[in-house]
Amino acid sequence: MSYAAYLPFLVQIVLAAGITGGVILASQLLGQRALGSKIKDAAYECGILSDGSTHTRFSVKFYVTAMLFILFDIEVVFLIPWTFVYRDFLAQNIAILSPMLFFLFVLVLGLFYEVKKGALEWEK
Amino acid sequence: MTAVIELWSGLHPLLQAVIKGLAVIGVMFPFGGACSLIERKVSAWMQGRPGPNRALPFWVAWVPGIGLLQRLGVFHLMADGGKMFFKEDPVPGHVNKFYFYLAPVVGMIPALTTVTVVPFGAYLNEAGKMVPLVLANLDVGILAVFAVSSLGVYALILAGWASNSKYPFLGGIRASAQLISYELSMTLSVLPVFLWVNVPGGNGTLSLFDVVSAQNGAWFGLWMPLSAIVFLVALFAETNRLPFDMAEGEADLVGGFHTEYGAMKWGLFFVAEYSHMLIGSGVFVLLFLGGWNPLPWVPLADVAVWLHLTTQPILLGLLSIGIFLGKALFFIFLFMWVRWTVPRFRYDQVMKLGWQKLLPLAIANLLFYALLIAWIQTRN
Repeated sequence: MSYAAYLPFLVQIVLAAGITGGVILASQLLGQRALGSKIKDAAYECGILSDGSTHTRFSVKFYVTAMLFILFDIEVVFLIPWTFVYRDFLAQNIAILSPMLFFLFVLVLGLFYEVKKGALEWEK
Repeated sequence: MTAVIELWSGLHPLLQAVIKGLAVIGVMFPFGGACSLIERKVSAWMQGRPGPNRALPFWVAWVPGIGLLQRLGVFHLMADGGKMFFKEDPVPGHVNKFYFYLAPVVGMIPALTTVTVVPFGAYLNEAGKMVPLVLANLDVGILAVFAVSSLGVYALILAGWASNSKYPFLGGIRASAQLISYELSMTLSVLPVFLWVNVPGGNGTLSLFDVVSAQNGAWFGLWMPLSAIVFLVALFAETNRLPFDMAEGEADLVGGFHTEYGAMKWGLFFVAEYSHMLIGSGVFVLLFLGGWNPLPWVPLADVAVWLHLTTQPILLGLLSIGIFLGKALFFIFLFMWVRWTVPRFRYDQVMKLGWQKLLPLAIANLLFYALLIAWIQTRN
């Protein structure tokens, strides 16, 4: 398949960016002008003046989740080409079921290890 | 009619793509606004109150029967849009200006680009073959949908980070972890469908049009119900809808990632969210509910024969779009229905559901259908 078939993607991205940019610009131009003030320029914290760093520390769990996601997502991506050939290989009697069962077993093993290690516990 | 078709096919492909793209955006963008109105009306209906029913522009007030539209709140749509354009567009002094402006744009681009590979209808050509109505009928199909729509998370992170404020920051962080967690279950839940769609000797396809063609008989939702349920739950999480409303969670995070936003920049986040909902519902209908086939075992091609529409590609195309959108709109309604039925989860419950319940369920489901399809394939 040629690159030309993917042209609508590029067109859509450009159109979306253009329209959104236009809408924001229109909103800026048409919008009511109002005086700024010190309170208005402060971060919103339910009416209390902001205290301390705005970028607070956050739990390391978010990093752990992101790392686990990358591992699992790569494993899931490996499964997609498998779907193309699965029935074809079965029809031609090429071994496909048992290798994939082994692959899924490794995937489940990883998940099991994660759960046992408590990497997915958020209450602590 | 033929002159129009000749003029159309004479245009440069790039110009054709631009016109088609504008037409699709022209439907989806106002739809986002309309959805917020539908949401208010449905919420009102479920809570036993009238909902928006006041707005009526004076220059149409004399039209007889206009009161019905007024009671349906149709004019609130115009009023809301007008308000968002004309009110002050605040950019607080403490934000990171460049990324603050960039975030709504980054949110809208994936929302309006995902639709490129999603077919929304079909018609019969002269040779009697089904042709999809789609911006680009690519064989990457669902992979492109996942790849592009998951870019939407960057808008939430960017908005949360650029706001330089505590609540938006927490909202952005939570949204990012939640969205990536449910992506796994979502991808795994559609694999059984493609295991079946890729017949022996095929080219290997992930195209959504081929999925619909494979559902001329039984719909996948009927014999892969668990896949459908896992996909639907993950879809609720991916679109940040209640009960997975962690990014916005007004109970604990005020407005979440868009707390510091106002006017149309805020409106764009909403349009993006509703566009994601519409595309998500559409993809669900295409994968599990037969797309534009009106009933299981009743494909659109048969209906075309009964209604003598085989030589009327435009009418048949409109009919297929109507059937498809009707099904997708039901799921938009389901989103709102669930919002007022199920209470919001706590964040640790959301993550626990995603990783420890939904993901093993999706893997077990994949395993079951892999074995089932192996059994069906080797039996004969």
